[in-house]
This record gives sequence, C-alpha cells and structure tokens, in this order.
Amino acid sequence: MMSTRKIRVLIAKPGLDGHDRGAKVMAHALRDAGMEVIYSGLHQTVPSIVKMAIEEDVDVIGLSIMSGAHIPISKKVMDLVKNEGLDRVIVVVGGVIPAKDIPALKQIGVTGVFPGGTPFEESVNFIKENVPQ
Amino acid sequence: MGVAKYTKDEKDRIQDVLLQSGIHVKPLYTPADLKEIGFDYATDLGDSGQYPFTRGIHKLGYRSREWTTRQYTGFGTPEETNQRFKLMISQGQTGLNVAFDLPTQMGYDSDDPLAEGEVGRVGMAVDSLRDFEIAFKDIALDRIGTGLTINAVASIMLAMYQAVAERYGFSREEISATPQNDILKEIVGRGAWIFPVEPAVRLIGDVIEYAIKQIPRANPVSVCGYHIREAGATPVQEIAYAIGIANAYIDEVLKRGLHIDDFVARFSFNLDVFGNLWEQVAKFRAARKLWAKNIKEKYGAKNDKSMFLRGIFGGGGGGLTKEQPENNIVRSAYYALVAALSGAQTTALCSYDEAYTIPTPHAALISLRTLQLLMDEVGLRDTVDPLAGSYFMETLTKQMEERIVEEMANIDKLGGMVKAISSGYIQKEVARQAYEFEKGVQSGELIKIGINKYSGGEEGEVELHEYSDKSAIGQIQGLKELRRTRNSKEVTRSLKALERAAKDKVNVMPSLVDCCKAYATVGEMTNVFRDIFGEFVEPSIF
Repeated sequence: MMSTRKIRVLIAKPGLDGHDRGAKVMAHALRDAGMEVIYSGLHQTVPSIVKMAIEEDVDVIGLSIMSGAHIPISKKVMDLVKNEGLDRVIVVVGGVIPAKDIPALKQIGVTGVFPGGTPFEESVNFIKENVPQ
Repeated sequence: MGVAKYTKDEKDRIQDVLLQSGIHVKPLYTPADLKEIGFDYATDLGDSGQYPFTRGIHKLGYRSREWTTRQYTGFGTPEETNQRFKLMISQGQTGLNVAFDLPTQMGYDSDDPLAEGEVGRVGMAVDSLRDFEIAFKDIALDRIGTGLTINAVASIMLAMYQAVAERYGFSREEISATPQNDILKEIVGRGAWIFPVEPAVRLIGDVIEYAIKQIPRANPVSVCGYHIREAGATPVQEIAYAIGIANAYIDEVLKRGLHIDDFVARFSFNLDVFGNLWEQVAKFRAARKLWAKNIKEKYGAKNDKSMFLRGIFGGGGGGLTKEQPENNIVRSAYYALVAALSGAQTTALCSYDEAYTIPTPHAALISLRTLQLLMDEVGLRDTVDPLAGSYFMETLTKQMEERIVEEMANIDKLGGMVKAISSGYIQKEVARQAYEFEKGVQSGELIKIGINKYSGGEEGEVELHEYSDKSAIGQIQGLKELRRTRNSKEVTRSLKALERAAKDKVNVMPSLVDCCKAYATVGEMTNVFRDIFGEFVEPSIF
C-alpha cells in the first residue's frame, strides 16, 4: 500500500561551521515541495543529528557542510546511521562540495550529493525517487 | 549575486529595472528628478569632510591617502600563516586581516574532540600566545594594523594581540588592531556564536571600553552588515540592521558611564559590495549620511569624528561562482571599482577560487593587484566622490536613504536589534530573502553569467588550496608540549582571576591579558566563560 505520509526531512548542520544560508534555503524549498522539514540548528554533533533523526522519525537526513570537512563528517554520520540500524533513512549532502569528492561520498554510502546551486527541482525529485516507499 | 530584475519586451528592449531594494530605475534622469526629491546640496551632501559626510569623511579622499588593502589571510599552523602574511606585505599589502579556523572562532582547543577535522582548515589555528608569537614574528606591529576576524572570543584575541605586541617590544599605545567583535551579526548571519545574547553583548562592551582606555589606536568593533547581506538580506536591510546593531553596542558602552564622543569615533564598519553597481554606490553614500545623523541626532555627539562611517567595503564572496571560476577575477574587479567609487577606507576582495575553498597565494595576489591597479593605474585617486551630482545617483541615494530609514523605524518598533534578533525576527527575514533570491536565480529572472546565462562550455580547471591534516597534527603536538612546559600555577591563578572578573561583572580584559601571558589556552579561557554564561539557544524560525 502506498503511504500517504509526507516525506520527512531533517536538514542538519554538523560541526562548527555557522554558514546556514544554504541549509535554510533548502528547508524552504523542500517545504514548498510538500515535505515536512525539521531544521537542526547550528553546531550539531553527529550523535545529536542521528538522535534527532530517530526522534523525528525522518526519511531523509540532509547534511549541509561548507567548511570542506564533508568527507570525515559524512563518514561518521553513515557509520552511526548503520549502527543504529536506520536502513530506511537516506543521507544526502549539500554545500561547498567539489565534483571530485562526489564519488568518495557515494562510496561512504551517501545517497545523493547536491552542491550549492543545484536546482531545487533536481534535489526534490531525487529525494522523492529515492525515499523507500 | 545580487543583480536586478529586468523586464524585457520581445525585442530584448528593457521595459523595467527593479533593484533588490525595491526601487525602479528609469531610463533617463534629468534635473526634474532632483527637484522632485527635493535635493539640496548642503543638507543632502555637503562637501567631502563635512556633515553629513555623504560624499566622504575626509576632505581629500584618496588624494590624501589611498585605501588600506587587507586580504583575509590565514590557514594551517601559525608558521604557515606567518609566511603568507610576509608574502602579502612584501607585495605591498598595507594591513593584515587574520582568518582563524573554526575551533578557534568557537573557543575550542585544537585537541578538543569537537575540533576534529577542522584544525587549520578555514583559517589559522590558535591555542595560546605561543601561536601568536609565531604568527606575528618579524612583523612591524607599530606600522601594520591587524584585523582579527573573530567575534564570540574577540576579547581573548585582542588580549592575546596586546600580549604578543608587548612580548615583541611594542607598547599598547603603538599597536592598531581591529577585532571584528560583532556577535549580533554572528547570530543573524554567520553562526560563530557561543554565549547567550546578554553576556555576549557585555563582552563586546568590555572590549570596546578597554580598548578606548588602553589601546587607543584599536578599532574595537567592526560592525558587519557584510555577513548579514551575504546571508540574504537586501542592501537596505544590510545598512538598517548594521546601524541597529551598532546602536546596541553604543547603548552597552554608554551604560558604563562613557560619553558618546569618548568612543564612537573608534567604531568601524564592514559592509558588502555585492549586487547592482549603482545601488551599491548609493547604499554606501546613504549609509554614511544616516550614520552621521544617527550619531548626531540620536546620541548627541558633538565631535565630527564620532560621526564618521569608516569602513572596509569588501567584495562579496556570495557573488562568486564555481562555474567558470576565472570570471570571478573580473567580477571582483567590478566590486572593487564600486568600493573605490564609494570611498572605502579599507578594502579586500574574495579571491576567484573562494567559491571552492580558501585562496591559493596566486589567487590572493591577483586580488591584491586588482586593488592596487584601481589606485595606481585607473584613476580612482583623482577626485572625491566622482559620481556626485549625477541626476541618477543623487535620486537613487535619496531613495535608498528613505528605505533604510523606514527599515530602521521598523526595528525601533520591534524594540531594537537585540530584541529583534533574540526573537528570531531578523533571522527569519534574512532567510526568506535568501530563498526568494535563489528562486530568482533558478528561474532565470535574476541573471547570473555562467549559471543561468552563457553557462556550459569549457570548464576551467583551477588550482585549489589543499587542506592537509599534517598541520593539525603538528598543532596538536605543539599544544601538548605547551601544556607540559608552561607554569601551571600561573595558569590556574590567572584563570581564577578571570573567573572572578566574569562573575563580578568587572571588565574581563585585564584578566584575559594576564591569562594570555601565562599561556592559558583559548579553550581554557572560553570554558571559564561557558561555565558562567552558558550557551546561546537559537530561536526556532521554522
């Protein structure tokens, strides 16, 4: 049976970086596309993000990372997501992400990567297509 | 980005131009426009160096002194940063502007678990005075002024700067430092906050009060509209919010019994060059006038210097694109032109590779040369406020002024900037503008070359700065050695004294200087504050 529940997304800002323009823009865009969006606020640790994802029962964790530390942070998130058995949750990453790092992020288990400037439609469709029904 | 919205007919003729500030630009301006807005030279402009300083704060502008160039610099270890400082100075840069890494900005030592992966990444790692001793070695601190781009722990960094200067034989009176020291804009737009609003603003006040009395050449606060604009605000909001934030700091310092003319002349501003050229120049001219009026009329200042809007007008990073990155060199040159036409005292540009990461030396030098070219080759030093008297520019300046005044009144209605930020109102407004802007770029309504027009084609390969965790490992080793070798009794004693000052609401600066000289770490000093002040909790805006 198809679920009629709205897709729930946690937009999360891991680490010390405070540039959250992109995270907030994406939160607006996903909400306008009919999703339920929870914004983590700044300076979150990886465990606090995963805990929030569990408590809020989200389908998607969207990490916004601008500092260049996207690979080590994503790795930690994926490890914890796996440890917690969150098999249904997909993780996507946005921010300042050089194209050359995208294969490494996919390798770690990140489902989608949306560098700054990715059209909203592309991110929205990707999430709709990739969230397990 | 930040271009205007253009309405065109089927033959590509422009029917309407709508600036981000909501002003429609007409195809032709004539003396009738000046009449309509009631333009009056003496009250609207005055000569340069005369109230209300619309045309500039100094009579002779760049004729008397070219602008100070201050590229944002710092990465890896203090050794690496010291080398880069010396390179920039040897190439004619006239000031420093220190970039700190995120752990330092957030008051964590390099070996703190929360610092992992970030040590030395977006700026220089600083744990103790030892790092400043290395970073500022062989730099003439009596001649080179230094911007310390840090806010939540600006108090600690100014104390450390005084300590390093004294260690190298420069007196407090000789040195010129500009700690950014603007925590309210961090809460609105940049996110490097630690403490709740009230104690955070108290620390801003401590820095200002101390610097006025002890470090007379310091500019103890640089009020940043820049980051608020980069976070999404319109040019009108940028100026209204910056003035509102400056007023919050003034009110904090006045509580300490100082008179407005004792300190406000040392305030400086950091404003953004980003967007439509005409709108930007008009913005800076209107900002100078409104700041002067604000200081004179609201605070009753008597001294002209108190009314000067002195500032770094820097080329905005948000305007740069990852697509066709070399175009950023050209874009930034136009931003620098705006800064020069607007009479910036100090300037800096984001370098062409900064849409990706912090700049290579090659990219940083191109930015520096761009700034030098404008002064030495192109003619920007020739005359003051060269666009004055243009029917268009004067109309636009007046229109910007009216809109900024409206926005300032709106903030007053909300009870001032501290309240408007504590409630999340400003953050919500800025985020909404950022979303609207991004929608405009994605729909093609706002033209951005390389993104939604003339995009594609050959992708330029650029050489990028590579982060190395070798620097982080070295930094952490150095910190561990420091902890082993310093006089731990002195550290404990000075931290205890800091704790007392913080609790008793005594100015913390003298204690911080003492802690720095005892080689207490940034993390240790910040933890004293964290324990007493607690941490800021963001208001929910969604």
